[in-house]
Amino acid sequence: MAKPTPAAPTASIEHDADVLVIGGGPAGTWAALTAAYRGARVVLVDKGFCGTSGATAPSGTGVWYVPPDPARRARAMNSRWDLGGRLADPAWMRRVLDRTYANVNTLSEWGHPFPNGADGAQIRTSLDGPDYMRLMRKRTKAAGVRILDHSPALELLRDASGAVAGAAGIRRQAGDTWLVRANAVVIATGGCAFLSKALGCNVLTGDGYLMAGELGAEFSGMEFSSAYAMALEHGSVTKTRFYDWAEFTYADGSPIPGAASKAGRSVIARTLGSGKAVYSRLIADPEEQVAMRHAQPNFFLPLDRVGIDPFTDRFPVTLRLEATVRGTGGLRIVDDGCATTVPGLYAAGDAATRELVCGAFTGGGSHNAAWAMSSGFWAGSSAGEHARSLRGRAGRAVFRAGGAGVAEGSAARIDPQALARRVRDEVHPFEHTYHRHADRLNASLERLDGLWAGLRDADSAAFGDAQRTREGVAMLATARWMYRSSLARTESRGMHRREDYPGRDEAQRHHVIAGGLDEVWTSTAPAHSPGEEVLAA
Amino acid sequence: MIELISETRCTGCNICVAACPTNVFDAVKGFVPVIARQEDCQTCFMCEVWCPDDALYVAPDADALTGVTEAELESAQLFGSYRRAVGWAAGGRTRPPPEIMARLDAPR
Repeated sequence: MAKPTPAAPTASIEHDADVLVIGGGPAGTWAALTAAYRGARVVLVDKGFCGTSGATAPSGTGVWYVPPDPARRARAMNSRWDLGGRLADPAWMRRVLDRTYANVNTLSEWGHPFPNGADGAQIRTSLDGPDYMRLMRKRTKAAGVRILDHSPALELLRDASGAVAGAAGIRRQAGDTWLVRANAVVIATGGCAFLSKALGCNVLTGDGYLMAGELGAEFSGMEFSSAYAMALEHGSVTKTRFYDWAEFTYADGSPIPGAASKAGRSVIARTLGSGKAVYSRLIADPEEQVAMRHAQPNFFLPLDRVGIDPFTDRFPVTLRLEATVRGTGGLRIVDDGCATTVPGLYAAGDAATRELVCGAFTGGGSHNAAWAMSSGFWAGSSAGEHARSLRGRAGRAVFRAGGAGVAEGSAARIDPQALARRVRDEVHPFEHTYHRHADRLNASLERLDGLWAGLRDADSAAFGDAQRTREGVAMLATARWMYRSSLARTESRGMHRREDYPGRDEAQRHHVIAGGLDEVWTSTAPAHSPGEEVLAA
Repeated sequence: MIELISETRCTGCNICVAACPTNVFDAVKGFVPVIARQEDCQTCFMCEVWCPDDALYVAPDADALTGVTEAELESAQLFGSYRRAVGWAAGGRTRPPPEIMARLDAPR
């Protein structure tokens, strides 16, 4: 690692805040709002535009909204328990259900256009993405939060004790730099989908993982990162729900045995991986078709535009990598306020581990949405309290904490396009990420570790390449945490599938913890409460 | 991928320049914005949803340009079609009756 710059860092625009939130999707906006409601001065930065950035805004999502009826809550928790490889924490599932219920009711009070059901009551189990995120932007601004759009964070700041002290980055449209000093920072940068063009996911390059990792933060469950979602071939709309209605066929029209969207997606991956095309057609009656078109207009958008009727025509599909966006791995959470292992640093949404609520599996959607708004709420609340308790303290010396690509170095600058391509070549193939084997993981890691060794002394990127360079470094670091964690779990559990260890090993009902940059390490932490607690919920 | 901005429809409000999460557009003083970084488009369609003038078109192919023309888009009434589908155009959108929507709730 390059040494931190000793002089006090400066930038074109500087702000002092109690809380800095990095990322303006659902988790980030809930965090910013909640911190502001607690009386904190809050700045939110987004690399894109708060309101359109990330996986939620272009997508729409179900949400795990379950009324507080004990029987329904128990059913909701039990339905996820085995699916998640028994790694979820029932206490966290309960509090996420409580928090989500309250937050979604708040969204209704704020005017989110929930539709009415047959009984006249609002149906609050799904959120239209564009409306949800436009509303969250509006409420965040109204709460007095200062929003910096098109302002990617490049690195965190730290104090002499190692606690986080803010962040610094660039304003790509203004062509200058920003710096925010803050006593607490919330990482809400989403997961990492490795530039796969899954819907809304190209801004999700693991930036927050890298920045937190550079301060020594730990990760949990990074082996649960093998999500791929279905889309029309060459399309970006990775909405998978309606493929529950699909039949899958080869090019000649004959059925693909075992292929299904759920519990058969690996057959589709193997078929595509062998170079054969996979075709889909949806089997639905006219009423269902009407309902589907209204429920998810974006599913039909690409099909309509290329003239495919998915209910009569067979159309080719592909799988796009969503890695930790629909996986469950992320920054390790160590208390109820979503603190990470770094003092003052909090994590929310897909940037944080979702094992607490989902264990080893999520299909994305409702549980991730529930987690985003719940963890955002808790992270914002505790970050706000933490920061306010430190107000009035004498000014502390702060240092830049960023490494490769942002710190000065003795070697040549990084070529961001080449770096991104090499990382993607390792993680996109199904046989590396979907179907894992020690031989391929080790070979991949040797190349990835070599890449890291070759860039750790690189000089800081030129302004125009700064964002892309750090994204490439972040994806590289993320891939190494993913694959080391995957090697450490010598069994198959949830979404993590090892060809060399196809069975589940009850001795490994634990969390795989990872960290480190030059030397990536792993260890284990015990899983939480036993399954009986879920059944008794 | 973003294909074109209609100079006929665009009023130069530059909302797309701000709203695009991957910073594809550049504002041009006194003129309509330009598609400055087409290869950065992630095909998320958010510019179409946020454009009040239905002046942008994103083709569903995320990997390559299709070369569709403005005249073809006008004749197929594709400008603004997604904004209408999500209910952001004037008049919103009409939800089918609850018993129809409930058809999706049955377990599969």
